[in-house]
Amino acid sequence: MRLRVDNVTKEFGGVRAVSELSFTVEPGRVHSIIGPNGAGKTTLFNIITGVYTPTQGRIWLGDDDITALPPAARAARGIARTFQNLQIFFNMTALENVMVGRHLHAPRRILPSMFHMPGIKRANREARERAAELMRKVGLARFIGADADSMPYGALKRLEIARALATEPKILLLDEPAAGLNPKETLEIDELIQKIAQSGITVVLVEHNMKLVMGVSDHILVLDYGRRLAEGTAAEVRNNPDVIRAYLGVGAVAGAA
Amino acid sequence: MGDRAQKSLFDLSVARKVQGTAKHSPHAPLSATEAAPGGDGAVRTVGAWLFSARTGGVLLLAAIVAILPLFLPNKFYFDVAIKTALHAIVCVGLNLLIGYAGQISLGHAGFFALGGYASAILTARFGWPGLVAMLAGAVGVGVLAFLVARPILRLKGHYLAMATLGLGIIISIIINREIPLTGGPDGMSVPALWVGPWRLTGPITWYWISGVTLVLAVWLALNLVESPMGRALRALHGSEVAAETTGIDVTRYKVLVFVVSAVFASIAGSLFAHAERFMTPVEAGFLRSIEFVTMVVLGGMASIFGSVVGAAILTALPQVLAVFHDFKHLALGAILIAVMIFMPKGLVPTLAALWRRRVG
Repeated sequence: MRLRVDNVTKEFGGVRAVSELSFTVEPGRVHSIIGPNGAGKTTLFNIITGVYTPTQGRIWLGDDDITALPPAARAARGIARTFQNLQIFFNMTALENVMVGRHLHAPRRILPSMFHMPGIKRANREARERAAELMRKVGLARFIGADADSMPYGALKRLEIARALATEPKILLLDEPAAGLNPKETLEIDELIQKIAQSGITVVLVEHNMKLVMGVSDHILVLDYGRRLAEGTAAEVRNNPDVIRAYLGVGAVAGAA
Repeated sequence: MGDRAQKSLFDLSVARKVQGTAKHSPHAPLSATEAAPGGDGAVRTVGAWLFSARTGGVLLLAAIVAILPLFLPNKFYFDVAIKTALHAIVCVGLNLLIGYAGQISLGHAGFFALGGYASAILTARFGWPGLVAMLAGAVGVGVLAFLVARPILRLKGHYLAMATLGLGIIISIIINREIPLTGGPDGMSVPALWVGPWRLTGPITWYWISGVTLVLAVWLALNLVESPMGRALRALHGSEVAAETTGIDVTRYKVLVFVVSAVFASIAGSLFAHAERFMTPVEAGFLRSIEFVTMVVLGGMASIFGSVVGAAILTALPQVLAVFHDFKHLALGAILIAVMIFMPKGLVPTLAALWRRRVG
């Protein structure tokens, strides 16, 4: 399903974090959003997932305007995400974190839940099996029996990905999945992103690791001060003088030219 | 009960709640094949223990309820046991709200008293059958909780505490002032509960009614905790934004657990009214609400059995400590403070962790 950001602005008390931004994420692609710190990337993720309401502009998913939908309703329509600053349920086990991702696919009526009807038992079993399978898929097999608060940082990053995948998303937003990871872990995330993309899920990636971004992305959007600076394939973006200026300073363009 | 001791404990409990990540893992872990090689022995042992806590725990509680009368020498002790069970029912519901969903309520004595007065007024003044009055009370309290929950649960932390506190105080004031209906500060007597041809009176009868209801309440709460809804409650405690973006309608679940916990309190209140045959506004008081929260925190947040233990200790201990005469309140306060300092997660989770370390 196509995701369209249409002339979106977000202001925080006079500061424009995102400014009149429009772009389209085509289905089945890896669409990266890069830019210097403070360019508005995470704000944009919060607007797309409904955590923030834009000051102006609309968000479209397919033919539907989802601008007014709360986050849970957007998740139900197939938008899932991870967080730059981890948002793990530390009061649960690793497996339960992923099982929460099955929420939308489980029966959620109060009386059957309290009387532990067969449907609930089945849903628990299904969620547990599915969550374990996803943990293996993202390379967390050895943490299946672990408490979330006993896991290392790199594993928690992947736990968030597993939880997001458990919702069966059409579009997955990854907010700096490689931040704080060592080169080996980064390589594993790289492979995982490709695996996710191959399974038909659209990936929207915010990431500072340029090697990773340039390698996996079908399309790159460059933001600066909440505005679109450039857009295109890796090669196009890499050679764009505006991008070089934003990242490396004015002198660098003269040097490159 | 020692007012001063309760207040200091309450401060601790709120401070803890803000940091609050109480852990509870009711799910039996996976079979050994799914666990990592090497680590699976420990996982299986812990799993067996947790699993028995889930199914065996209810059986153990039922067994304790069944054999306890053998050790209760007279009516007074039966009365303490009845109060323990009814307080425990409130705490089990309240723990769903506080320990699992991470929301606080300092007004649950209000719901308890509303249930009690609904039974008292509808049976005494309007001649309703006892069970119908109890049901009407529970429905009424559920509707009230539903109506106030939406605005109240938008608040967080101390603000939520203040709002629920205000709600409890309003209920208390109304009960005190509506003298023609409630008897005001003097209280009102409550008719015996009739179920069909049976008139249910006497401490032994009420011991069994309270005990069986408690076992049922614990079973229902454990089931809820272990359902997808229960995971949603714990998730919104862990991270609201992550819960929302995972598809959990956070507001709906907060309202739901608030209503469920209020209904638990209402039913316990109705049973209390018929067991004691008397209701006074003291039951709606601010200090009662604090007591309930203290029981939950003492027993252990996000531990259903902890709530039962907490209620038992805080109901029975003051009676036991009566041997200290004038120093009774001081002793109770000291014990509570010591427990919270040395077992900040509460009695049951701390002891469970110790046991697991020994076995694992």
